Amino acid sequence: MTLLPGAIPPPHGALEVQMVGITKRFGAFTALDDVSLHVRPGSFHALLGENGAGKSTLVKCLVGYHPPDQGQILVGGREHDIRTPHDAHALGVGMVYQHFTLVPSMTVAENLVMARDAVPGIIRWREERERLHAFLKTVPFKLELDAPVSSLAAGEKQKVEIVKLLYLQRRFMILDEPTSVLTPQEANEMLGMLRDMVREGRISVLVITHKFREVMAFADRVSVLRRGRLAGEGEVADLDPERLAEMMIGRREAGATPTRRIAGNGKGDVKLAIRGLTVNDDAGMKAVDVERLEVHGGEIVGIAGVSGNGQRQLVEALVGQRPREGGEVHVHGEPFAARRSEMRRHRVFALPEEPLRNACVPGLSVAENMALRRFDRAPLSRGSWVNWGTLRREAVRLIGEYQVKTRGPLAPIRTLSGGNVQRAVLARELSEEVSVLIVANPVFGLDFAAVADIHDRILAARDRGAAVLLVSEDLDELLELSDRIVVMFDGHLVHETPIDAVDTGVIGRAMAGHVSASAH
Amino acid sequence: MDSGLGWWGVPIAVLGGALRVSTPFLFVSLGECLTEKSGRINLGLEGVLVMGAMSGYAISYTTGNPWLGVLAAGFAGLLLGVLHALVCNLPRVNDIAVGIGLMLFGTGVAFFLGKPYVQPKAPTLPAIPLGGWSDSPQIQAALQINVLFVLGLALALLLHWAFRNTRWGMVVRMAGDSADAAKAMGYSVSGIRLAATAGGSFLAGIGGAFLSLYYPGSWNEGLSSGQGLMAVALVIFARWRPLACFWAALLFGGAAALGPALQSVGITSGYYLFNATPYVLTLAIMVVTCSPKRTLSGAPGELSVTR
Repeated sequence: MTLLPGAIPPPHGALEVQMVGITKRFGAFTALDDVSLHVRPGSFHALLGENGAGKSTLVKCLVGYHPPDQGQILVGGREHDIRTPHDAHALGVGMVYQHFTLVPSMTVAENLVMARDAVPGIIRWREERERLHAFLKTVPFKLELDAPVSSLAAGEKQKVEIVKLLYLQRRFMILDEPTSVLTPQEANEMLGMLRDMVREGRISVLVITHKFREVMAFADRVSVLRRGRLAGEGEVADLDPERLAEMMIGRREAGATPTRRIAGNGKGDVKLAIRGLTVNDDAGMKAVDVERLEVHGGEIVGIAGVSGNGQRQLVEALVGQRPREGGEVHVHGEPFAARRSEMRRHRVFALPEEPLRNACVPGLSVAENMALRRFDRAPLSRGSWVNWGTLRREAVRLIGEYQVKTRGPLAPIRTLSGGNVQRAVLARELSEEVSVLIVANPVFGLDFAAVADIHDRILAARDRGAAVLLVSEDLDELLELSDRIVVMFDGHLVHETPIDAVDTGVIGRAMAGHVSASAH
Repeated sequence: MDSGLGWWGVPIAVLGGALRVSTPFLFVSLGECLTEKSGRINLGLEGVLVMGAMSGYAISYTTGNPWLGVLAAGFAGLLLGVLHALVCNLPRVNDIAVGIGLMLFGTGVAFFLGKPYVQPKAPTLPAIPLGGWSDSPQIQAALQINVLFVLGLALALLLHWAFRNTRWGMVVRMAGDSADAAKAMGYSVSGIRLAATAGGSFLAGIGGAFLSLYYPGSWNEGLSSGQGLMAVALVIFARWRPLACFWAALLFGGAAALGPALQSVGITSGYYLFNATPYVLTLAIMVVTCSPKRTLSGAPGELSVTR
């Protein structure tokens, strides 16, 4: 299917898009309430908002994933009924998704050619490659056509996705949190190239983000969503981050840009010590090579890094989910192999990322999941008999204390929302005295209130003397909570700094692998 | 045994056996390769193979034309493949469980319908004698090549080319490696898998026709002895590459021919042990290629066993 007979071939140049009075409901829940958005042709427009504010829903209305219940969409000045992604593509509207839609085993060239609407029955690779090379000369991105996509880093994949949209002659480009998997340098490069193309009048860009820095540095205009409503909009030149923060999180918290909390004393004994730890990834390649890391009681050590640099494997090795290839881990000066008995004796607890997958049995009830650490000991069991009454009462207490929203203690834990699973696991892990706490991306995808709550609980554990190892992809979170920051790149710890001497530029460069920069 | 070649008879008999015995392995593994490339495993090809053998023999007997039998075997396989694909397209259905069901169903139906054809003699497929240059009857016997073997080789080459150079082949790979990507580009993943499973089963059915219409060349219930299942292991060994499937099929064929070859030079003591070579080979390959630490390179990303 190329063009319908009589259809005009798509003209070139940036597209204008207007969304007027968009309302979208999912059952009783109103995800979008009378939201309007105007992206002028040849502009770089940012859509700002917290998680769950309705940003993704709004753009999904535009690209035809779920058409709005009310409201009009105007593309290029004319109203269109966009029912499927195909309708949006035909108008020249394309989207780069958070999860990539590339085929891993195919090369870049194969992915680009297969993305076309009309792929010939027999593909003449020589001609296709010549055309691809000619096309690549017209875009600022450099790509290796013969590399399999599975071998590319996240930033490279993102570039392929963007080039794919350009190759398909999309003139309105939507990017959903495009920089969440990139280093600050990669993000700047990518957004800068997009802005240059906007300036040339080739495309209009709508970027979903929650990063003020990117809005201020790259966008022309910004629209802010809060709880499904348009909370504000304007020219970026007329706005400052404080005003954006006020629009995004509401007047109550305005100006409350996260300030550093009281630092931990960090003077306790070394509770967790790692020496020469090496861990392999699923493919058998060395993913972690940590020479030395110590965490004292009463301090939070934050591990920064772009995702995929060994953080996940490090946490899995520490909590016993992944075999170690070499090196030693000591807790309280004793070797620690993450056996159940050792965890119990040394009071080691963990909140891994994706807790539903890594720390829960999804089909078991909230109460049972909350008892996973203690169900085989008094008071929850007598001999080999579990005392279900006590177990349930204990769960009810924790559900109340940690404000876990559930239908009840007997509901399967997989029926809970992400934030409540997180709270339930945290309740379990912090329900006893904690000596070592290992935490990975604890607030990923949670709303503002849940974030503050979980952060408070981690800080409280530290103040009670626990040694906390916090792994996060969100640098702001690390800056807010950590007493010391270590940067992980390619499995190594390449940079370490106390929180008082933090230079985010240096950290950003270390995250990108510029190790020399760490010798400051 | 009067053997003019002495011990040389063994490798020649193994080679001849490999060329003969490998053909069903080749067809089933190419069929399974096609199915798995689309992201689905069809363990039922053993049942398809037996069903193909029975229907091929029956049609050859009733029409007197073995080629019609081959075609009928392919279509019998295709029907079973469509059944597998349709059931698997339902939500929350596991393709491996359906495959095991299909395997038992196919063999059962074939035994039931094939009872009347155990005794009669159906016309079988002709062979191309390539050994005319030699006086040795062993070499002449070893180089009796069946047309289906040549067809299988051509098919392996065709698939190898098509997976890279045709839209059709690329779409199958896309559905097998990233269903999300295929959906995002507007392809029907279940439709692609239906076609790939049906096509793969068509090939496996033809493999079955080879069993009953050429070698061993008769229909009975012990005909397949698990060759359809071994072909699935063979696809893993071949890393989902059609050309490697060809070489792997030759290897398995040679292994299966070892017992009879040794018998022909007078070694009879370990006959059953040597006949077990292909099964031992299958086990060995599974042990060598499986590891808890890494995923198989080359495995389509959507297979239920690799995901």
